[in-house]
Amino acid sequence: MSAQDAHAAAAAIDFRDVVKRFPRPDRREEWFLAVDRLSFEIAPGEMVAVLGRTGCGKSTMFNLLAGLIEPTEGAVRVLGHDPFREFDWFRGKMAVVFQNDRLMPWRTAIENVELGIELLGTSEEERRAIALGWLERLGLKGHERDYPHALSGGMRQRVSLARAFAVNPEILLCDEPFSALDELTGQRLREEYTQLVRENGKTSIFVTHSINEALQLGERILVFHRPARIALEARVAGGDREAIRRRVLAAMEARDAGADEIDR
Amino acid sequence: MTRWYKPRAETLIALGGVVLAWQLASYFFPPYLFPPVPAIAEKFLGIFVDRASLANAGATAARIFAGLTMSFLLGLALAFLMGRSDRSHRYVYPLLNLIQGIPALSWVVIAIIWFKGTEPRILFIMVATTVAAFSFQIFDAYRSMSKDLFEMTLSFRPSRRDLFRALILPTIVPGMLTAWKVNLGNAARVVVVAELVGATGGIGYQLLQQQQMFDMAGALAWTLVLVAFVLFAQQVIARIEGWLLAYRPTAERSA
Repeated sequence: MSAQDAHAAAAAIDFRDVVKRFPRPDRREEWFLAVDRLSFEIAPGEMVAVLGRTGCGKSTMFNLLAGLIEPTEGAVRVLGHDPFREFDWFRGKMAVVFQNDRLMPWRTAIENVELGIELLGTSEEERRAIALGWLERLGLKGHERDYPHALSGGMRQRVSLARAFAVNPEILLCDEPFSALDELTGQRLREEYTQLVRENGKTSIFVTHSINEALQLGERILVFHRPARIALEARVAGGDREAIRRRVLAAMEARDAGADEIDR
Repeated sequence: MTRWYKPRAETLIALGGVVLAWQLASYFFPPYLFPPVPAIAEKFLGIFVDRASLANAGATAARIFAGLTMSFLLGLALAFLMGRSDRSHRYVYPLLNLIQGIPALSWVVIAIIWFKGTEPRILFIMVATTVAAFSFQIFDAYRSMSKDLFEMTLSFRPSRRDLFRALILPTIVPGMLTAWKVNLGNAARVVVVAELVGATGGIGYQLLQQQQMFDMAGALAWTLVLVAFVLFAQQVIARIEGWLLAYRPTAERSA
């Protein structure tokens, strides 16, 4: 194992010079550069918020991390493994909370929470107990048998949080899960999320376009330029939040000359 | 809970109007054109108390069920073949389009030439006339699967079998039920045509007998038996649908 590999294995998440290009569907032989030599590391148990403007490649980075797409160049290592090539290795080790709740409409709240553990092959009795525990923890006691259409937006997102936590993953990936909720519900869920991640010692990477949300949910903030590369890295824990906010805002506002460049 | 169909007053009035008009016509026309309603009713009820007649009705019902089951299984396999790869879709889709364009009567002629026994002929005709609709409807349901739900399920790294069980199957169930409802009517029409030529039993055969005897009351009675069977089968499917799609809001389910 090289020194670099050993370093990557020690980090929970390691992006090393990652490039991702997509073919442009409308123009032949032209490529759209979504991620441009992106490098960062996240330590085990760390909570990191990724912040950037719309279209800055946050979702592409997210899909690379989840192993749903393969990098064009560079390496993505999660817990020392390649999430794309070793897709199955991550079963039960990584869970995703999406922007919309993505609940299965034909499953009740408890059955939705059970989905991940069911796919892990956990016995019915055990998974029912785990799911009930998480629903209760997230204030959904009494709604176990409700179908998603009977739940409010906040309740549905709580179910999706419970679904992610139920598999007891080492890493939690969140893609703006509270952005569609009203301010009060969003705030409450952010607090609950932070508490749950800290209590359970999870590594969390939280993608958002809201500075307030990033300040609340990240011990460290990574600001992305377009195409995705690190424009600013700021440690929140113990720092002056107002100063960090100003720095983050300035980094986000900075015009990136290569924003719309086409890489041929 | 799904309830059995209860006719509305308007439905009863409309049907009653037809019955009344028919009875009035029977006063002015000979019975081989417009037999009186009580004569039709007597023949209709007679079918249900005569064991041989019931066996004929049962034979048709069994042929419809067997044909649709076979067609459904074949349609399901073809739909998945199309869904698995664009390449197979490009081969299978035009073939199904071609099959769908062939009239039922042409299939009857082909079946008579190709097969010897009555049952294989009828089964072949049933499958040939309904398989395309099954395939298209199931394929459409498969294709309309939510990308969001697919990604979400995939994020848990399921096996292929688990992905089918947890996501694909529940996604295509509404499409499968619609396919059954649509094809039931088609199958009832086709089975009668198939039985008219070559069968020695069944509702189509009985209709042929009534035609040869110029017995309009008998022909109508047997037609009504077939209609009653289709309505009953549709109610059974509606019950299954109500049970399987109980998760949907009521308005969406009844739409």
